[in-house]
Amino acid sequence: MTTFPLLAVLLPFIAACAGLLLSRLPHNNTRTSGRIDLPHDSTATSGRTSLPHDSTATSGRIDLPHDSTATSGRTSLPHDSTATSGRIDLPHDSTATSGRTSLPRNSTPTYGRDKAHTRAAWIAILPTAAAAILTIWLAWKPGLAYFSGTATPPTGQTYGTIVTGGLPISLTLQADALSSVIGVLVTLVALAVQVYSVGYLEDDPRYPSYSAFISLFTSAMLLVVYAGDLLVLYVGWEIMGLCSYLLIGHWWEDRGNSRAAVKAFLVTRLGDVGFLFGIFVLGTAAGSFRVSEVLARVPEMSAATLVTATMLLLAGVAGKSAQVPLHTWLPDAMAGPTPISALIHAATMVAAGIFIVARLFPAFAAARPTLDVLAVIAALGMLGAALAALAQDDLKRVLAYSTVSQLAYMAGGLAAGSDTAAVFHLLTHGAFKALLFLCAGAVIHHVGSNLMTQMGGLRRELPVTFVTMTIGFAALMGIPPASGFFSKDGVLLAMDGALSSGGLTDAAAFFLYGCALATVAVTGAYATRAWLRTFFGEARAVALPEPEPGTAHVVDVREAPRTMLVPVILLAAPALLLGFAGEPHVELGVAAVSVLLAALGAGAVYAFWRLDPVADPARLLGPLRAPCERAFYVDTLYAALFVRPVLALARLVVRTDDVVVDGAVRGSGKSARGLSGMLRLAQNGNVQLYVSGVLAGVLLIAVGAVVFT
Amino acid sequence: MMGWIPVALLAVPLLGALLLLLAPRTFRGVLPAYGLIFSGVTLALSLALLALYDYGGPARMRFELDLPWIPGLGLRLHLGVDGVSLPLIVLTALLTFLCFVYLCWGRARATGGFMSARPRALVFTLLVLEVGMIGTFLALDLLLFFVFFEIVLIPMYFLIGVWGGEGRRAASIKFILYTLLGSVVMLLGLLLVWAQTGTLDIEALTAAHGAGMPRSVQILAFVAIGIGLAVKTPMWPLHTWLPDAHTEAPTVGSVLLAGVLLKMGTYGFARIAIPVLPEGAAAVAPWLGAFAVVGIVYGALACLAQRDLKRMIAYSSVGHMGFVLLGFATLTPVGVNGALFANVAHGLITGLLFFLAGAVKERYHTSEMPALGGGMLATMPRLGSMLTFASIASLGLPGLAGFWGEMLALFGAFQPANGLPRGLFLTYMVIGGLGAVLTAAYFLVMLSRVTHGRPRDSAERHESPDERPIAVSLAPSDVRGYELAAWTPLVILILLFGLWPGLLLSLTTPPVQALLGALS
Repeated sequence: MTTFPLLAVLLPFIAACAGLLLSRLPHNNTRTSGRIDLPHDSTATSGRTSLPHDSTATSGRIDLPHDSTATSGRTSLPHDSTATSGRIDLPHDSTATSGRTSLPRNSTPTYGRDKAHTRAAWIAILPTAAAAILTIWLAWKPGLAYFSGTATPPTGQTYGTIVTGGLPISLTLQADALSSVIGVLVTLVALAVQVYSVGYLEDDPRYPSYSAFISLFTSAMLLVVYAGDLLVLYVGWEIMGLCSYLLIGHWWEDRGNSRAAVKAFLVTRLGDVGFLFGIFVLGTAAGSFRVSEVLARVPEMSAATLVTATMLLLAGVAGKSAQVPLHTWLPDAMAGPTPISALIHAATMVAAGIFIVARLFPAFAAARPTLDVLAVIAALGMLGAALAALAQDDLKRVLAYSTVSQLAYMAGGLAAGSDTAAVFHLLTHGAFKALLFLCAGAVIHHVGSNLMTQMGGLRRELPVTFVTMTIGFAALMGIPPASGFFSKDGVLLAMDGALSSGGLTDAAAFFLYGCALATVAVTGAYATRAWLRTFFGEARAVALPEPEPGTAHVVDVREAPRTMLVPVILLAAPALLLGFAGEPHVELGVAAVSVLLAALGAGAVYAFWRLDPVADPARLLGPLRAPCERAFYVDTLYAALFVRPVLALARLVVRTDDVVVDGAVRGSGKSARGLSGMLRLAQNGNVQLYVSGVLAGVLLIAVGAVVFT
Repeated sequence: MMGWIPVALLAVPLLGALLLLLAPRTFRGVLPAYGLIFSGVTLALSLALLALYDYGGPARMRFELDLPWIPGLGLRLHLGVDGVSLPLIVLTALLTFLCFVYLCWGRARATGGFMSARPRALVFTLLVLEVGMIGTFLALDLLLFFVFFEIVLIPMYFLIGVWGGEGRRAASIKFILYTLLGSVVMLLGLLLVWAQTGTLDIEALTAAHGAGMPRSVQILAFVAIGIGLAVKTPMWPLHTWLPDAHTEAPTVGSVLLAGVLLKMGTYGFARIAIPVLPEGAAAVAPWLGAFAVVGIVYGALACLAQRDLKRMIAYSSVGHMGFVLLGFATLTPVGVNGALFANVAHGLITGLLFFLAGAVKERYHTSEMPALGGGMLATMPRLGSMLTFASIASLGLPGLAGFWGEMLALFGAFQPANGLPRGLFLTYMVIGGLGAVLTAAYFLVMLSRVTHGRPRDSAERHESPDERPIAVSLAPSDVRGYELAAWTPLVILILLFGLWPGLLLSLTTPPVQALLGALS
């Protein structure tokens, strides 16, 4: 039993290694050179439903300098232009205008790919399932002890220490009450997503590496959850970021996706540097990087140390959990496949920031200024992101902003002093947001576009998705008896309590609570809007013209394949019922207010929608609509403040290096040659000159001797 | 006892080189295999060193050999191995061997490649280079160290100047003049130490911890030796020979230059400058740290705007070596450990990166990123994946070798040795951390440019479908067998050290604590 945390981490890791090593095997048999164009009918005749390509609006994206490469005659069509036309948008469509793609991935015959996919699917699913069983086993005894506050001894062991010359790193993996609960969430959602992906990426030639990266992610996240040492935790923390990068950029043919992946990695890494320094401060103050010892020494630490450490940790939390001011990467991260958004960018990785605050909560609770900062960040984030969600047209971006907003809820709960309420909301959010994303994936799979303008009236065509997604939206809005109602109520209750007592200053507590209540109303509004525009009204999906052979394929299934539906249905159960697990104690006043507010927001949207079902209810925002749609221009601001100056500085450095630093070197070389050229004038072979030189020297010495003696 | 292994490590490649000289025609047909055998035996000897090394004992020299060399001057042939030098010796032997692996099988296919021109001279040069590199890491006598340090320059000069790219003449001359100039300054410093203490024995000098040298002399000697080492490392602003040398050097030259030659500079700090001159080190450390962090940020920014792949990797070395120097500047066991770890990690990772850049250049006949286009993951998935792996390792992802050294160097800067200004080093730490972000930025931007996107010629071919057969015949092939053979050991070691950093750290910690005896 003590080895279970290690096994749970190792199993997906081995699966990832195996999956990556085997991912290219079938290609060996069929391809000898890097690029052979087989007749493309081999892919065209398979007649499958094609990949929905998740396009994201490029508005406000930070411009990295890739554009400079696009000048040399390459045609890189922005995908949004094709996405809006309602076509299914395979990643290589835009180059395949002549009806023929030339990417080598199409050269593998379908049967070989099917075999490779089946193998990759088993390699991915079985270890994840085993890890899920292990984590459930680990969580069985403590159960939900974390929420009741009963202390249970952690299960696990230390596998040696690494000497560093200073503080050692101890390789400890253990499951306590908090981590065992989160571990179950991680493995179950990962399992659901792995199963779902089998259907979702059925036709993707890179499915094997994709599933291996998910396995690697699962392993890294479990390492974060079970780590008993802060530096070991940091290792998992960063590897998660890498997996996020690789998976956002899964469809890297599109430069936009590649940019989104780079942005996600860099923004989170910026926060992670602070996080690492925070670990240094805590570790040095405690004399150890072990979590248990750090927490034990918290009472002895000075206030300055604690505030410094927690503020620095907060940078990492803001980066990973997409909180203000480092939140801008998450909406762009929706460029990845939808299952990835469900797993990494909704349920697990982005929640890791909340998890880490909960894990080190005694340190945060003792640092009051940090809690105030956290409260303000959370308040700004939850309301701003909710407003942004209300104005988005891309269904996935609605959910992304919703994730930012909900994570801010959890952060607010933490700031208000209730780690249990925050973690409970983390659990329910993990369930219902993963459900929402997977349902959105089914919708996108069906419609072939992310944009809600292309959707509508889908409740008849996708009955199962409709029901499950309704459950998800209900949980998001906090409508009883869905799980979100109870967890959100807990968070609001904590904020309510913080008004009168607790670690926050009055202004921060008031601001936080006010924003939280406003957010409840806005959440109701955007959830209702998304729900109505997706499933109600007239069907807006335009029938596609007969596609050219080998380019795009019409989706002809009525519901998503079974591998996609089963995980969705299984996730719907906890999204609906998880609220009852944590011994719900509902305070009637707060609950009534929050339900009323949510209904108010929902009602407003419904009223606007009834007026004109075709128009977007987001028009109720009025003049605020444009700023909300652009998420208050933060991206543009960052591009102007940071990205462009850094790039300009980089160009300056290159010029300086050439002109000044190397110029000095070349200059010294040149001057040496010039000097020698002058000296060479003296060496002209004229004996008379030499002799006169010698005489002049003697004269000089003689004069000098006379003068100075 | 066992002092014969260090001697054999030097003798085997030297013998190989001399035999080529003595019997020029005998080995003509088997030249690649010839080099492979001699470097292979050297590698086997270094592995024997690894196997026979006594890991448990206290911090002292192993496999020592101490013979009089020039008795009149008191010079001795003093060789030895400890935890600091052992990883570097094995790294050197491994990288040289892998270079021969790369050449041995790569030659047949690459007609017109540089192995086809003067193959005997190439094998000779590489073997002499190996003697110099291993000798530098073995030497325990100041003058002996200097001799080996200088021996390395000559073969590298020829490697760049004969088998290099188009601008090879200028690059090789710049390389040798610049580094020679640095070496002269270093020699002056070494002689100053000799003049003050009357001994050249590194072990004795280390044990004395600077006794017998007044502070001012120590500072002067440290600066002089430090400049010589800093040119080799290279430290900003003495780095400008490096990008030129790397860009023009042939693949194996770049690999050895980045993988081993740069390490000789940093090794000198750990072996000579800091332990022999502790007071000088303490006085100069804040300056060293300042140059180091400037180098980190400067190197990263220079990479961000770089268009040439090889040049970018060369500048990335400036940044990574900045972390190594920062680690040394902290004068703490953690920092120096981190520096030594980053040293080895950089040798593995950047060695791999230069192998990959060489492969890219061989296929595309350019390493200009705009000319490469993009979509390498589509046209050459394996090469693209390898490049991704190496870049991610180089940007310091935890779980791969690049992380631990840089993290420990930063941690060292968080708590520098007593007597060093803490606030200043905290600033260095923050700047270094931002440099790590910039490092990630330029590697990811490079990956995005080169490996992502659509391959260019597919777009071109749509415009003129008739040219398809030609395009297919010109299509470069993905990673070949011999390349995989040369790269796989590096990949495995990067993973191994990344997942189990204790392997290296447990080796370096005892000697590092002994070397810093006077400071901590």
